Amino acid sequence: MSHTIRIENLSKNYGKQQVLKDIDLTVGEGQIFGLIGPSGSGKTTLVKMIVGIDSPDRGTVTVMGARVPNLELLQDVGYMAQSDALYPELTGKENLVFFASLFGLKGAKLKERIAYVSKLVELDDALNKKVAAYSGGMKRRLSLAIALAHDPKLLILDEPTVGIDPELRQSVWQELLELMAQGKTIVLTTHVMDEAAKCEMIALVRDGGILASGSPDELKAKYGAADLEGVFLAAGRGGQ
Amino acid sequence: MRISALVKRIMLQMFRDKRTLALLFLAPLLVLTLMYLIFDSNEEEMKLGVVGGNDLLIETLESQSIRVENFESADNDTVLENDLDAILELKSNGAVLTLENDDPTQAKALLAQISQALAFQSQGAAEQNASAAELETNYIYGNEDTEFFDVIGPILVGFFVFFFVFLISGIGLLKERVSGTLERVLATPVKRWEIVGAYLIGFGIFAIIQTTIVVSFSIWILDMVMEGEVWHVIIINLMLALVALSLGILLSTFAGSEFQMVQFIPLVIVPQIFFSGIFPLDGMADWLQNLGRIMPLYYGADALKAVMYRGEGLTDVWGDLLVLGLFALLFIVLNILALKRYRKL
Repeated sequence: MSHTIRIENLSKNYGKQQVLKDIDLTVGEGQIFGLIGPSGSGKTTLVKMIVGIDSPDRGTVTVMGARVPNLELLQDVGYMAQSDALYPELTGKENLVFFASLFGLKGAKLKERIAYVSKLVELDDALNKKVAAYSGGMKRRLSLAIALAHDPKLLILDEPTVGIDPELRQSVWQELLELMAQGKTIVLTTHVMDEAAKCEMIALVRDGGILASGSPDELKAKYGAADLEGVFLAAGRGGQ
Repeated sequence: MRISALVKRIMLQMFRDKRTLALLFLAPLLVLTLMYLIFDSNEEEMKLGVVGGNDLLIETLESQSIRVENFESADNDTVLENDLDAILELKSNGAVLTLENDDPTQAKALLAQISQALAFQSQGAAEQNASAAELETNYIYGNEDTEFFDVIGPILVGFFVFFFVFLISGIGLLKERVSGTLERVLATPVKRWEIVGAYLIGFGIFAIIQTTIVVSFSIWILDMVMEGEVWHVIIINLMLALVALSLGILLSTFAGSEFQMVQFIPLVIVPQIFFSGIFPLDGMADWLQNLGRIMPLYYGADALKAVMYRGEGLTDVWGDLLVLGLFALLFIVLNILALKRYRKL
């Protein structure tokens, strides 16, 4: 299987605090890859480095054969940040149009993609409302729609399902599986264990390092745990 | 394409924020009007005390709507005690005018009217009293050169353009940093110079509108002194706005919140007022005077004063404009570099 993302020997410090230490990671093409860990473990820093909006002190990130950061590469990456980076003065549609335009979408294609992604996240009725009037869940969905708008090959989603109701969360997951079936690679972060169980491959992140990685079943077998929470505990003890 | 999407979004955001728009366009007019009212209360009838005046002179003065009161003798205290604007003493060998000069503009107008009246009188009285046209002028406050609003008016116009453009563009980009949208935008294939360029264009359009409004209002409504060409004034102000825009965006890099952006005002804006020529610098040490030369407003104010007050043209102030251009260029380059903090490319 070819690698979409290859991270080698990656370290990052903010001042004296080491946020990431010696990370090695590969994500295969067409996988849903989950980065699991508590907040503050370094997941967000790690995904930012994959996108190229933060730079490592040591080590390299290669995405689809290109060394990050790379502007052309960004054309094929859809990024959804942990905080909803939206313009509250603008309507949902204006936000979508703005970001999609930065990816060069225009005319009929732009309209078609916006109609498609807004329906997907069930925001088609609220598109003409200002984002300031959106609920937390709606903002999350709009962020997701923005990440999907330019039809990227690689999706990087930082806590995509926080604040979304269970029904919609399920439909988001259905969509992610559908996208995977289309051959897209998805990297997401989460701290919800049952969500992690739906990923094809996972990496357990704690204190800036990767405790263990593999498929959920592999990990459960390896640590003799009934669920991923048990794996996390066992792997954490093993590391100390 | 990408840059136009950015510009369009910036403008949309501004139009949605009606209060900020009002601040940008109306606040300078309000403050200018207040300053005008404070420094330039021209309309009031002037009171003149006359010692030893004749009927012809008094009649001439009164015909120019000056209230004349006769006194036996007078000194400076007479002026202050009787709330006079000036006192005119006619002597055999000439006349002495003592102006209170509380309001330089008013004093100047009064002086002009009195010398006119005296000239008129000496004409009528023919040869034998020609010396009456010789007028000696004293000032209780200030001197003959003071003409406050005329001098500071052009500087104020430049200052308000600079100040409001600085504040609004700085906070504009700061909001993007704080809310994470800047980072989100940098996760697209947009280039760093495109972001800086879009900000310059987007806010630049508002700066053009603001400059036009402020300059027109100052000249046609406040009747500010305007010896040179209006479009020269607009060009100078636009250069100032460009510097303010790029400086505001740059300093927002070093601010973590809107409040921290406001904290730059006493550090960056207020010193520029002191060195721009609103306050006389002649008495200051040389090295202190030269401090003004590192401040953009110094050059903007110099150019504006030259055009509006002294009636010079753009060819006379090209040096100032060049320096402003260099300031803007420097800040723009630094802005593009500052974005490297987010993305190396």
